[in-house]
Amino acid sequence: MITYHKPASGAHVGANKSVSQIMGQVMLAITPATAFGLVCFGWPALFLFLITVASAVLFEALCIRLKGRPAKPVIMDGSALLTGWLLAMTLPPWAPWWIGVTGSGLAIILGKQVYGGLGQNLFNPAMLARVALLISFPIEMTTWANVSPLFFAHSPSFAESWQITFSGLQNLDAYTGATTLGYIKTEFSQNHILPDILQDYSALQNFIGWTRGSLGETSALLLGLGGVWLMRQNIIQWQIPVSLLATVAVLSGIFHLLDSNHYVSPFLHLNSGALMCVAFFIATDYVTSPNTSAGQCVFGVGCGLLIFVIRTWGAYPEGAGFAVLLMNSATPLIDYYIKPRIYGRDRQGKPLEIPKP
Amino acid sequence: MLNGLSWLKPPRIRGGVHAEERKANTATQAIVSNFPLPKKLYIPLQQHVGKPAEPLIRVGETVLKGQLLAYSQGMISAPVHAPSSGTIVDVNDYPAPHPSALPIRMIVLETDGKDQWLELPEIGDPFQLSPENISLRVGAAGIVGLGGATFPTAVKLNMGRENHIDTLIINGAECEPYLSCDDRQMQERSEQIIDGVRLMLHGMETHHAVVAIEDNKTNAFYAMAAAARHFPAIKVMQIPTRYPMGWDRQLIRYVTGREVPVGCRSSEIGVTIHNVGTAFATHKAIRHGQPLVSRVITVSGGAVGKPMNVEVPLGTLIAELFAFCGVDSTQTARIVMGGPMMGDSLPHTGLPTVKATSGVLALTQAELKSTDEQPCIRCASCLTVCPAGLRPVDMANHIKANQLDAAVDIGLKDCISCGCCSYICPSNIPLVQYFKYASGEVAARQQAQHKSEQTKKLMAARQMRLERIAQQQLEEEQARIAAKKERERLQAEQETAAS
Repeated sequence: MITYHKPASGAHVGANKSVSQIMGQVMLAITPATAFGLVCFGWPALFLFLITVASAVLFEALCIRLKGRPAKPVIMDGSALLTGWLLAMTLPPWAPWWIGVTGSGLAIILGKQVYGGLGQNLFNPAMLARVALLISFPIEMTTWANVSPLFFAHSPSFAESWQITFSGLQNLDAYTGATTLGYIKTEFSQNHILPDILQDYSALQNFIGWTRGSLGETSALLLGLGGVWLMRQNIIQWQIPVSLLATVAVLSGIFHLLDSNHYVSPFLHLNSGALMCVAFFIATDYVTSPNTSAGQCVFGVGCGLLIFVIRTWGAYPEGAGFAVLLMNSATPLIDYYIKPRIYGRDRQGKPLEIPKP
Repeated sequence: MLNGLSWLKPPRIRGGVHAEERKANTATQAIVSNFPLPKKLYIPLQQHVGKPAEPLIRVGETVLKGQLLAYSQGMISAPVHAPSSGTIVDVNDYPAPHPSALPIRMIVLETDGKDQWLELPEIGDPFQLSPENISLRVGAAGIVGLGGATFPTAVKLNMGRENHIDTLIINGAECEPYLSCDDRQMQERSEQIIDGVRLMLHGMETHHAVVAIEDNKTNAFYAMAAAARHFPAIKVMQIPTRYPMGWDRQLIRYVTGREVPVGCRSSEIGVTIHNVGTAFATHKAIRHGQPLVSRVITVSGGAVGKPMNVEVPLGTLIAELFAFCGVDSTQTARIVMGGPMMGDSLPHTGLPTVKATSGVLALTQAELKSTDEQPCIRCASCLTVCPAGLRPVDMANHIKANQLDAAVDIGLKDCISCGCCSYICPSNIPLVQYFKYASGEVAARQQAQHKSEQTKKLMAARQMRLERIAQQQLEEEQARIAAKKERERLQAEQETAAS
């Protein structure tokens, strides 16, 4: 006979998928793209990655301690690690160490903990930090390293890499250039047309990720595969990625058909790793996206629309961060207006009429 | 022509989860029928929805198996019969098979070991009986919904006649994990169940029945289909395995495409639903005149040495059931009556099994969902799995903030406590616990408010009465003074006249 009894409601059994397991699976999904980025951009990228992730975890621990709670269980849920990781993926690979630290601080403290911690934030912390960094430090945030894999002859040595990350390298221009979208934007401003601009563009290299770009965002292939795997694992649903990518594809397709000299083709849009990263890993953030399937579709379409608008007519070559933040702020509104219909009730919540026989 | 547009219609199944079934160890072996007769049976007077039955035996009386112990009270109620022969030793309050284990009224029967049936009436062809007579007999046999709802079956048959039911659905979904008592009954007693279905159809004056069985129970499906092959009125169909497929409204929508409006009974849209066990009990009552005195119970869970389906007399203590099935009490972390999704946790085993008991589980710690509650990450899994279309996360947040009215506004009362949200939640938030708490609290507040309004009314009435009395007294006083003055005046006049 059991004497101690705390009454418990069902379900007495449960699906074995915990918060930390979900975070772990997302990390697994972004591991290939990250690893590829680290190989492409060498030691400085690895330093920046480690610094960003470590400082995210430390800031999280600090905040929890300030709240007077034990930090370990909260750290173990993996959310701070994932936030730091996602932020690091979106940074220029050779950015100085303080970009990583400042970014993590912005993400964890301003982006998450001031709202009350996990699950309470309005904006995606990683995107909030990235956008804040981009506005505050435009030079550092738009200096894109050439692909210079570890142990290649022209790649920086360990000592040089240390300098790149911790004291800044002189003559950085020799190692850097523009991203594909940035290059196109600059060329457009000089009244060049697309066929001329894209003479050297290699779709395959962009697809694989052998190109200038953010630390973990160059490979559309690996990010897309990771995203599809996450969908198959039922961690993320198809609504946001599909509606987002479809919106970008359709809009850019229409404009490209109308004027192929001045509007980038949908393939080039979809071939960008940044778009894949946002579609599968940033916009799908549970906390900051709508709850219902229909709401998620609206959210995805909104993100896609804004990304296309900013990329095409905005001042920044890449608009994913801004687009996601804007749509994040619309999430409560979407959830307010788009709700599931309750069984036996109409959309207004009134009981259904009894059908006439 | 419009079939091409069928995908535009709302989906026939909404939400739900596919929980790990864990039925195999009980579903593959025959129902055990040699359960040793307990020395004492504890028979609650309320084993059904509605009013408790009223005892008509006295302590010390000897009774035979099947004898009426307590009669049905009022419109919605059910009688209780002796599950075995023996002596009545007590009619008193004993702990109820409920999480609180608060005492309720029970009849205690000391069995004599003979298990001797009452002389049962001879029954001819039941299809010659009038439909009213069928439901009368079903009611007299104490049959209630054996799927767990325990609504008196006779009342449902009557409502069926009044509402012109076109489809009788027989619920063989058995969607709760672990449970396999319906599965086994369908495999072993298919002829009798189908006969029961025919009798129900006759009792409701309905001509079409659908037996719906989840597609993980193929043996049961084949057995039932074979038993029903001569009866074109009865269709046996397979339905997808997805909890809570056995929720009556989900099943009705899947089978008929109709949705029961909130606040209505399914009979109002022409559908009635009964459980397979109820159909079997109906067969026994009508064909053999036997009242409901026993049922098949699944005993399962990690702490059970010999998991099985076993037929036991109603009123058997869980302790005896567990002893028979070799339950290791040191391994038992939680005792659950019913399935693991919707069942109730029980504080101890000294509680009787009742008509509603489809299963008793002894779960180990490893089988239980973790209780380590973490912050909600708004993953929206609970919205996705909710078969009722609610927003469990929002309701729980309102309840946490003590905004119970807001929770009611967004659908608290439409929650069926199916447990899908709690099951799926990665943060181990006990959502159903919140909803049950809030429902109870809302009811208590309404009661308190009703009481205070009643008190206010009484106070106001008393005030008015007092004022009226005061007014009356004042008027009487004034009348008295006026009369006195009048008298004095008359006296004075008389005096002046005299002088």
